Parts: sequence; C-alpha cells; structure tokens
Amino acid sequence: MTDQAYNFAYLDEDTKRMIRRAILKAIAVPGYQVPFASREMPMPYGWGTGGVQVTAATLLPTDRLKVIDQGADDTTNAVSIRKFFQRTAGVATTERTAEATLIQTRHRIPETPLTEEQILVYQVPIPEPMRFLEPRETETRRIHALADYGLMQVRLYEDIARHGEIATSYAYPVEVACRYVMDPSPIPKFDNPKMNDCPAIQLFGAGREQRIYAVPPYTRVVSLDFDDHPFRASKASHDCAICGASDSYLDEVITDDAGGRMFVCSDTDYCAARAERGE
Amino acid sequence: MYVAVKGGERAIDAAHDWLDRARRGPAAQAVLDTDQIRDQLAIGVARVMAEGSLYDPDLAALAIKQARGDLIEAIFLIRAYRTTLPRFGAALPVETEAMRVKRRVSATFKDAPGGQILGPTFDYTHRLLDFRLMADGELDRDDTDGTPPDPGAMPCVDAPAKPALPHILDFLNRDDLIEAAAPDEAVPGDLTREPMELPAERPLRLQALARGDEGFLLGLAYSTQRGYARNHAFVGELRIGTVAVEMDIPELGFAIEIGEVELTECETVNQFKGSRTEPAQFTRGYGLTFGQTERKAISMALVDRALRWAELGEDDQGAPAQDQEFVLSHCDNIQATGFLEHIKLPHYVDFQAELELVRRLRASVEDPAQEGAE
Repeated sequence: MTDQAYNFAYLDEDTKRMIRRAILKAIAVPGYQVPFASREMPMPYGWGTGGVQVTAATLLPTDRLKVIDQGADDTTNAVSIRKFFQRTAGVATTERTAEATLIQTRHRIPETPLTEEQILVYQVPIPEPMRFLEPRETETRRIHALADYGLMQVRLYEDIARHGEIATSYAYPVEVACRYVMDPSPIPKFDNPKMNDCPAIQLFGAGREQRIYAVPPYTRVVSLDFDDHPFRASKASHDCAICGASDSYLDEVITDDAGGRMFVCSDTDYCAARAERGE
Repeated sequence: MYVAVKGGERAIDAAHDWLDRARRGPAAQAVLDTDQIRDQLAIGVARVMAEGSLYDPDLAALAIKQARGDLIEAIFLIRAYRTTLPRFGAALPVETEAMRVKRRVSATFKDAPGGQILGPTFDYTHRLLDFRLMADGELDRDDTDGTPPDPGAMPCVDAPAKPALPHILDFLNRDDLIEAAAPDEAVPGDLTREPMELPAERPLRLQALARGDEGFLLGLAYSTQRGYARNHAFVGELRIGTVAVEMDIPELGFAIEIGEVELTECETVNQFKGSRTEPAQFTRGYGLTFGQTERKAISMALVDRALRWAELGEDDQGAPAQDQEFVLSHCDNIQATGFLEHIKLPHYVDFQAELELVRRLRASVEDPAQEGAE
C-alpha cells in the first residue's frame, strides 16, 4: 500500500541526511536546539511537521510505528500521521507501546516504560523554553550560550510569590545533562520524571521554528524547582474509571448536562491492556 | 459504562468525503475548469504563485480549485508540492530591464523614455458592480486573448535590443541623486534550504518578503505611511511583464533560455539621507513578485525600505515595520495559519493539567490550610 510516487517516508534522501545530521548534533549536545532547514510538509505547521520530519528521517522499513496524540492512538491527528507513514513508507504500525520501535507523540509520554530499543519523537510547537519571557531569538540564543537562566528562576519565584506554587502545569521546563534548559514540549508535568534516565532515545522536532533537539539515553533530566518548593508531578486525584489505575495520567470527561464527569486514562493503550488483563 | 471515544479514522474519511462533495457544488452546475481559473481568476492565481514560491499557473489554478477558493490553503498546497521538486540548479538573475511589459507606471516623472503604460489595471475603474457579468449578458468578444486592445498602446518590445526599457530610477542614479542599487555579486542564501538566521541580510529579507503574506505586508507598509517609521515612499516605477529565465548549462558552456515568467517589480524612491559633509541622496526600497501582484510588490518595497534603517543610519523608532525579527518571523502565512489553526486540535491533556492546577490554587485560597498539601 506504499505510494510509489514518493520516496520512502516522503522526504528525499538529501533532506533526510540533512535532518539526520541535525539529529546527531542534537544527541551530541543534549538539550541544545539545533537549527535545521525544515521543509514544508503536506500537513500544516502546528500539526506536527517537526515530529513528522524527524520520524521520516529516522524510520527504517523494519520499524514498527506507533503514533499518539494526547496519549491516544485514535485521536484524529494521530490517525492522520499514522496513515501518512503507512502510505509513504509502508511500515508496520501498532497501538501497543511495548511493540513499537518508534513512537511519535504529541503532548504525552506513554505510561509503559520505554526501552533501549525504542525512539520517542515529540512534536514541538515552541522549542524555546525562554520564549514567553523573551520573544527575541537573537536574545534567547545568547541566554543559552551563557547559561544565563536567571530570568526563568525569577519567573518561577514570582509564581510562588503570587500563587504559593509554580503555576506551570505543562511544558514545564527541565535542565538537561546539567547544562541546557529545555522545553519538554507541552506534556503535562506529570510526565516530566519519565524523561530522566530514560533508556530510549528522545528526539524533539519543531518544524515551523526549524529546530531539533534531543535527550540521549540515560541522561539526567531535572525539572526546575527550588529546595523549599520541590517539583511535584501532579495529576487529578482520582483513579481511572475504566481500568482503575491510580498511577496514570487522567483525562476528565464530561458525561451529562448536570456537570457529571469521570476520569479515564489518557494513555489508551495502557488503559486497554489493563482492562484486558482484568486489573 | 463510558467507552473511550473511538472512530477518529472513520470521522476523517467522512469529513473528506463531505469536503469533496461541497467543493464540487450542485451536480447540475458545470464543473469549474482549471483553465478558466487560470485565465479568468488570474490575479488570484498570481498571488498563489507568488506566496507559494512556485511559478506554475496551471498548478496554482488546480490548487485554487481544490482549496475551494481559499487562497492561503491553495498557497499551502503549492508549498507542499514544491518541497517534493528536485533542484537542478539556479537560473541566472532575470533582467527586468529587458521585460516585455504590459504595465509600467511612474509616479515620479510625468513621462520617461518608454512611456507610461497603464495596462490591464483596476486603477481608474469605477467600483460599480457590473450586473451584466452576473446576468450572463457579457459582451461577446473574440479578442480576449489577453493582448492589448490597441497595439499602439504597447511599446514595440517583442524583439528587445537590451536594454529594452530602462529603469526610471537609473535616470536619478546617473546624477547620483539616488543611492546606487548595491551591485552585490555574492550568491544569496536560500531560506528554503537553510534555516533563517537572525539578523538576516537584505537578500534573505527580500526572499522572505517575496513569499510573505500580502495582507500582513500591506498592513505593515500602511503603518509606515501613517508614521510608524515613515520613509516617504514614491513609486519611482512599477512594471509588470514577462522576462526570460536563462540558465547556464555546463555541458554547453553558455546560458540558454529555459522559459519565461511574469513578474511585478516595484522600485520606490524614498526619503533622502545626507549631512553637511555628505550630499543628500534619495534611498531605495525594492519589491519583486511573481505574476500581476502589484499591491504586494509595493508593500514589499515599503517594508524593505523600513527594514533598512540600520544600514542607512536612521533611528530605530521601535516601529513594527523596522523590527526584522518581528517582520520575518511572522510574515509567512503558511507558518502563521498553521500555528494559529492548530489550537483547534485536541489539547485535552494540557487543559486537564491547567484545570487541576486552577482547582488546587482555588482550594488553597478558600482554605489556606490546604496550601502545600498533597
């Protein structure tokens, strides 16, 4: 069912080589944002063009691909991206986290721990963790070069002064390998600890912003905090209404007009597997 | 028992099917032919080519048809297609002086060698709806092949002895009244092949502006006219016409013509610079775009001029049009529309994280004892 009109995984080999070079550089300098000549893809910017280009450059015919959005394999954009690679690369796909060799994700890290055999590709809207404190790229590049992250510390402090805690619940900034402050993409901060010392390769692609960055396997990833206000991974204080899990990130679902609601796992594979096993 | 929402794949297929039928319209109507779009909606086609960065009127017409007339969507289709095209090499710089013009006006001189040629312009039409076009009462004419009505209205430039039609600003240049158009032999970068680095030099800025959104550049250019980095632009010359595209063929050892493109070129004459020691001189802004796209070309020239403040020793007034990082990062409508529209994609996870946070913050205000709990 591969579309023969296109090269394997859509991009031409020169473009893939350019992206692979950027990926190698990104792995060599963990957390550093490597500029790359992002291409215009047949899906819009904001739909995961960066992740799609990283996946296209990393994918092998023997890979088994899983695509999730908000933790689910069946959300519309995950379906669309999976179909794109089925059509242009003809690779096998799966919804099982454990069976996948390459997982492209938007906004979540799977609950099932990843392994050394896996690559996790994140779709990134704004790669620059300092962007909303300093809109100028020329300035944020200087900030990273000098590791001059005081601005971020001040912001986190101001949050505590105003709200009593750090009021960032997703895209919570991390420090990678004791050097670069990095945006983990808009994953809930609940997922942040999974990035630390992770056996899998974690690659981040931002298409519109033309940046690739990476966290190599077994790298120290620390969520920024203060000694007296330590980082806390938080989630809704419920159990999943379907599988009963108490350790997974939950979506809140409104069930009726009267404000009725329930909480279910955002990771559909994790939830289905647990329900199947009757846990 | 709640069952997790499923059916994304079927929903997408159904949406695409509906879209396809909506695009076609009532079956009783004649199908819109891409030739008709190319020839009768030519200004829209030109915009799609200019901002799509691909000169192909047939494909632009197809894109407009497929996009149901949404020009930004059509531009996106063209950009995505462009990505897949192999790069054989670069053409020689086109010689706009040798342009076969269909329109050429100057606002700075009443007459100049080559004359003023209005061409097919809306400029002096009365904007009254012509109901004949709707009532099928269009005049039957057998001369609508795009040629000028009166051959005498066109300069005889079919076999141009170069230069066919001198640039009007050259007359100013001859007397040193205007800055020289920097003859730069350096090979410009290519923003579609290398990531843009800021600050960007003028060639890259012009590339970005040439494919930038017409509406965005129009608004910025207008803001300079209203005083946000005003630079007093006159349209020194605006010309629209066809130029030959030539390419060096290594096997032949010389350049041959491989086709021709229609271009709009706008050169503005702007506020002069100078001092007690340096004689006053006008400055330039430049716009060059595919097809008949003069609103865009003029806007581009004004914004180009505004972005040159530093090299011309002007003050940074803090105006949006002077801020190259602001202009270049936001002028691309495909980037802009993608990022804008992506907020309609699911964000349940982030929103859930925010909900949980706001609930906790509220609880800690209502019951201070809870602060720091959990």
